[in-house]
Amino acid sequence: MSAVVDTAPAASADERAARAPWVLTAPALMLFVGVLVIPLTMTVMLSFHDWGQYKGIEPVFILKNWREIATDPYYAEMFWRTFRIALLTTLITAVFGAPEAYILNRMSGRWKSFFLLVILGPLLISVVARTLGWALLFGGNNGLVNKLLMSLGLIGTPLRFMFTETGMVVALAHVMMPFMVLSVWAALQRLDPQIENAALSLGASAPTIIRRIVLPQIVPGVLSGAIIVFSLSASAFATPAIIGGRRLKVAATLAYDEFLNTLNWPLGAAVAILLLVALVLIVVGSNALIERRYAEAFR
Amino acid sequence: MAFLELDRLCKQFGAQTVVDDFSLAVGKGEFVSFLGPSGCGKTTTLQMIAGFLDPSRGAIRLEGKDLTAVPPANRGLGIVFQSYALFPHMTAAENVAFGLEMRRVSRAECAERVRSALAMVGLAGYEERYPRRMSGGQQQRVALARALVIRPSVLLLDEPLSNLDAKLREGMQIELRQIQRTLGTTTVLVTHDQNEAMSLSDRIVVMSQGRIEQIGTPQDTYERPASAFVSQFLGKTNDFAATIDRTVAPARLVAGSWNAPAPAGLSGPVTISIRPERIGFADVGLAAKIMTRIFQGNHWLFQCASECGPAIVIRQNDGQPQPAEGDAVRLAWRQDDMSLRAGGAA
Repeated sequence: MSAVVDTAPAASADERAARAPWVLTAPALMLFVGVLVIPLTMTVMLSFHDWGQYKGIEPVFILKNWREIATDPYYAEMFWRTFRIALLTTLITAVFGAPEAYILNRMSGRWKSFFLLVILGPLLISVVARTLGWALLFGGNNGLVNKLLMSLGLIGTPLRFMFTETGMVVALAHVMMPFMVLSVWAALQRLDPQIENAALSLGASAPTIIRRIVLPQIVPGVLSGAIIVFSLSASAFATPAIIGGRRLKVAATLAYDEFLNTLNWPLGAAVAILLLVALVLIVVGSNALIERRYAEAFR
Repeated sequence: MAFLELDRLCKQFGAQTVVDDFSLAVGKGEFVSFLGPSGCGKTTTLQMIAGFLDPSRGAIRLEGKDLTAVPPANRGLGIVFQSYALFPHMTAAENVAFGLEMRRVSRAECAERVRSALAMVGLAGYEERYPRRMSGGQQQRVALARALVIRPSVLLLDEPLSNLDAKLREGMQIELRQIQRTLGTTTVLVTHDQNEAMSLSDRIVVMSQGRIEQIGTPQDTYERPASAFVSQFLGKTNDFAATIDRTVAPARLVAGSWNAPAPAGLSGPVTISIRPERIGFADVGLAAKIMTRIFQGNHWLFQCASECGPAIVIRQNDGQPQPAEGDAVRLAWRQDDMSLRAGGAA
């Protein structure tokens, strides 16, 4: 009898201890499920529904949308374009952003904070405003730069910028640059301030120090910056929408058009899900590669 | 001829003079320490020798050749940094091999020299370890091996042991000294730790506010400090205000109830500087009361209130009975053990 009395409160204490993590994480879990898991599941389900010009969305399970994406070369081309643009943007931000961060890091106090502000400043301005700036500079015959170059007689016809992949890559690289600079900057902060002097004292020249000592140590920073820039560029909407318009579509603008112009929600959902899955695979895959490669020295 | 010569070296940052008129001649194979509190210019001087900073004035000569115009990469000096500054993306062996690669040493010779350098610092078998996987002491050894493997003409050590715990530091001091003796590498050590400077160096350069206070052997600087700063900085010391009374014949040196025949030269107010371990308890001498008595294993530490202000006395724990707290005692010392400076106590 006494044994029962003794164990009952103990058991309930155990139960409470076991429940505690769930209770404590419940608010966050509910938010996560409510705003992410449920809509995402619904989008996945939506991508298997049927759609017709006159009948609208029919909640059936068919592979029509996926088959269309898989067979129509239009979608393949559009996805290749999306990832090509994202890759080029990533390369440009890495090539310019890494040296930028290195130079910034070597500046003295006052200049450093000033130029850091210059680099981060654009983040305070809307992407739309920044992209429209490019349109004002290069758009058609009336773009400022085109007008100037033409009046100087340097070019006969306006530089093509709007509705070109080049234009998209340039504008996206501009928008994404701060993320790369910040990422490399963070890696540079972890560098021992004496490490370049150490290499110098061992007889290394300045280019050797950059190549053998500095670069290998900031590669993880460049790579994590690249992952951020790549995924943001591949899923970017505003910049491709303004520069590319409806003539040069990428995955994000296509999904938008299917949802809001054609009203073919199931197809738009399929495009969006495919973009998501592809991005997750690329990001997780490259992250795993990076971690394996740099585990020894940087864990 | 001096092996490494610093000739009236000055360094100014703006209006601030960090190193002022620093002249020193280091002999071949000598181990010299720059000792001083932080901000005394010792690291700045080291960085000028290394070439990371340009002197504002003065010359640095190595075997008679001016080093000032030689870029740091070509000076051929080995440097161990306070933070070690190991290359984290390279293994211990790759770290040590870096300097040899820069010198285009053949692969076979490089491998052999790296192996023996790591063995010398007691890290045989750690070749493939990355620095992050090593303890502070091991990283320190890799840094030392990396600096020594290039057979530097001068080894510069910038507070190399300050990041190690006390026990490890003592062990490394002994090891560092042995390695330096074996290789005969001329070495300059920068440190703020007087024990480290004294146990390692042939000569100590005591610095304060950019100036040299004293250059001498550890024993010299400890027993015959040239200034109040040196005697205060190197170990514990007692400064007693005293006077030389030349109105009596023969003249007397008087500190409270302690007095002795006055030495020639000085007169009027003077300061007696005496190490705590050189003071003994006697029947006559400076009257004092023992305030605290601290047992420290091999010795006793007494803090006393004397006629001439606070006094510290250290007595060996040799089994003799020692006075207790609150006892009135008389402090006495041999005249040879003290040093005298003109002027009152600081």
